Amino acid sequence: MSAGDTMAAHGATRRGLFDKALLLHLAVLAVLFGLQFVIGEYQHLSLARVMVLATYAVGYNILFGYTGLLSLGHAMFFAAGLYGAGIGASQFGLGVQESFIAGVFSGLVLSTVIGLIALRTTGVAFMIVTMMFAQACYLLTLYFGEYTRGDEGIVLKGDIRQMVMFGYPFDLTSPVVRYNIAFGLLAVCVLICLALVRSPTGRVLVAIRENEERAGMLGYDTFRTKLFALVVSGTMSAAAGAAYALLFAYVGASFASIQYSILPLLWVLLGGIGTVLGPVVGTLLMFYLVDYASEYTSAYMLVVGVALLILVVWFPKGLLGTLRERVIAWLP
Amino acid sequence: MDFGPYLFLAVLEGTVTAAVLALTALGLSLVFGVMRIVNVAHGEFFMLGAVLAWWFSSMVSGSPAIGFLVAIVMAPLVVGAIAVLCERTVLKRINYDPEATIVATIGILYIIQQLALTFYGADARPVQAPVNFRVVFPWFGYSGYKLVVIAASAVLLLATWFVLTRTRFGLIMRATQFDSETAQAFAIPVDRVYAVVFAIGAMLAATAAVLIVPIQQAHYLMGGDPLLLSFIVVIIGGLGSIFGTVVAAIIIGISDGVISVFFTPTLAKILATLLVALVLVLRPQGLFGKTPR
Amino acid sequence: MAAVTTLLTTEGLSRYFGGLRAVDDVSFSLQEGEIRAIIGPNGAGKTTFVSLICGRVLPTSGRIAFGGREISGLPAFKRVGLGIAYTFQITSIFSNLTVFDNVALAVQNAMRRNGSGVRFDEREMTRRVGDALDRVGLSERFDTKAGTLSYGHQRLLEVAMGLALKPKLLILDEPTQGLSDAEIAGFCDLVRDIARDATVLLIEHNMDVVMDLAGRITVMNNGAILSEGTPDEIRADEAVQRAYLGT
Repeated sequence: MSAGDTMAAHGATRRGLFDKALLLHLAVLAVLFGLQFVIGEYQHLSLARVMVLATYAVGYNILFGYTGLLSLGHAMFFAAGLYGAGIGASQFGLGVQESFIAGVFSGLVLSTVIGLIALRTTGVAFMIVTMMFAQACYLLTLYFGEYTRGDEGIVLKGDIRQMVMFGYPFDLTSPVVRYNIAFGLLAVCVLICLALVRSPTGRVLVAIRENEERAGMLGYDTFRTKLFALVVSGTMSAAAGAAYALLFAYVGASFASIQYSILPLLWVLLGGIGTVLGPVVGTLLMFYLVDYASEYTSAYMLVVGVALLILVVWFPKGLLGTLRERVIAWLP
Repeated sequence: MDFGPYLFLAVLEGTVTAAVLALTALGLSLVFGVMRIVNVAHGEFFMLGAVLAWWFSSMVSGSPAIGFLVAIVMAPLVVGAIAVLCERTVLKRINYDPEATIVATIGILYIIQQLALTFYGADARPVQAPVNFRVVFPWFGYSGYKLVVIAASAVLLLATWFVLTRTRFGLIMRATQFDSETAQAFAIPVDRVYAVVFAIGAMLAATAAVLIVPIQQAHYLMGGDPLLLSFIVVIIGGLGSIFGTVVAAIIIGISDGVISVFFTPTLAKILATLLVALVLVLRPQGLFGKTPR
Repeated sequence: MAAVTTLLTTEGLSRYFGGLRAVDDVSFSLQEGEIRAIIGPNGAGKTTFVSLICGRVLPTSGRIAFGGREISGLPAFKRVGLGIAYTFQITSIFSNLTVFDNVALAVQNAMRRNGSGVRFDEREMTRRVGDALDRVGLSERFDTKAGTLSYGHQRLLEVAMGLALKPKLLILDEPTQGLSDAEIAGFCDLVRDIARDATVLLIEHNMDVVMDLAGRITVMNNGAILSEGTPDEIRADEAVQRAYLGT
């Protein structure tokens, strides 16, 4: 009895009136919300983009950072959301919310199917298998160019740029509206991720990452748990893709290419694998770095290659991972 | 043209593809077999071979044959040196960890590709063939150089086979492949074997690229297809087996041509990628170690 | 005397690795509440045999029944759900997680299994983790990274994880290997304590521990059961002496 009380007092259960981890995350979100009142119009747009892409990275990290499964094919889930929403809007005349739901649902279905197949492999084979499936999906967007318009892509316009929510009209061409929708999506996904990784299920995800056989011998169905992680991760990535299509009104095959599978890996590695806020930090820094580089050279992907190498060789824990190791051990 | 000659032409074209593919895939297979790592930058070594071939041959004035000879000697050497540099500065440092190596070689892929874009540019450039004659069959004439490519690649494959099975270095390599820790105990410098194998793998790809560049122009994005096709060949042909690699390369080389004729090239690629994925999933003892029970 | 119920039986259980008959046609049964030791020389097939029971290894042929239910084809995690817990011979803990989290993973599963309701009771979990750590004497170290514990403490953590699963059958694979004499004495008390509400199957090389703890002993040699009986009977058995005790 007393041992249990001691542990509770030491915060081993991580709950209480003063939940510093939750407060930290709320504070970071509050700063992101507040930024819109100090930055200019151009920054509104690029930060909105960053927040949508950061949502993608948060989703990627649930599988890679917490469950320890390195996918090289997440672009297929992002693209499932992107095309699900984009084609729903342009071909089937769905409204903004319905298109978003169509995108998220596409990601849910695709990640379930891919998970059932790809999770029969582990390690390097899993990486190659996900990469191949993503490549097949990319080629499919080109093959069905009649509907997707391939590399050229679809530009969304007209009614799909307006939506009505809670009885109020919103104009998706307005930078302020876009900023706040992107912020809302990111905030929801960050809080979902935080709740997940601090839940009993989150502890099982980490256990699978650390020692899968032992997790099985503690009575956990590791296949089902990994499938759950992949589906949550894929669906969140699809939600980011759907939001990207609807907010920025463009759907193109380049978002399904291998580059968009590598980018979330890079963002997560930079920010810190297995940290809730790491992907947000990583996306923010890398986005501006690539943006800056592309003003000077068309070979801006060089930055991506160099960053990947540096992180893998010298800095595998990333920014927040290193911070957690050295300074704030309680960071989730 | 009748079906017979048409098929003959398709087989000839397929054999050219297969010859170059066999060399490229052998490089990937060798590196995976001995070092147990997947080199995602393999296609970029191929591209670099082609780009350097253009560079070397354009520096030499006079007959295209001399330019080509300089290229086929120098381009693989330079690529081999770059490969050793990558191996020493990156792969050795991450201790050849299989997953980290994939991420690191993706980094190398982008670096090589983007540097090629920076210094070579986005244009496709041709290299002149060293020989220029036509072989006349009863039904059609055929580029003599393409036959030279088939012959040269066959010679190189035989040479590699000879080195691997009949020389002391081949023995050392096979010992390392079999069990690197025991090899280390027998005073085999595993560390240096790794560097040499990585270089040979890259040089095989570069040589294949120099052979193909008079037929197909050099371009900074040309590394993607050889990488994908090599993956397929290695996964179907089995590892460390030169024979398996060559047989798989011939099958893939010829069927790639045929499928592309009857379907679109995009559909052929979709089927190919799905094939790789499914082989990896369905093989109970996969190439990359055990699958869970 | 209470009626004796059979907890576990195996019938003609075999496992071959290529040509090697690691476990060969073993028929075995275990009563509820006993402490059973399996002894035998290295390579006798003891670890393979218990691995077949807990599902880490699947049998080549033969059947296993647990609590009257056929379990031969069940995956390992489902057997844990039925109440079979296994502690690894080679310590297999989550080295990067804290001692608390290691045991919490086991407790969480036991609680989920007993259907503790829709809401997960974190306070109850903490209490149970504390209990398990108290029993092995590791509660002071709850906040330590498991990988930094001494070898002996890691073995005890393994046992705590097994305990926290609240198993019907706890399989301990060479639990005292690498423990000091003082630690071994404490460990024997712990096993007796565990045996009050679980059946214990113990692979052990230390004959003092075996003779002290076991109600019955099964001797394995070359993948088969050589002999079975009380400690006194085994001590007197000539075949066992020839094969194993070496006298």
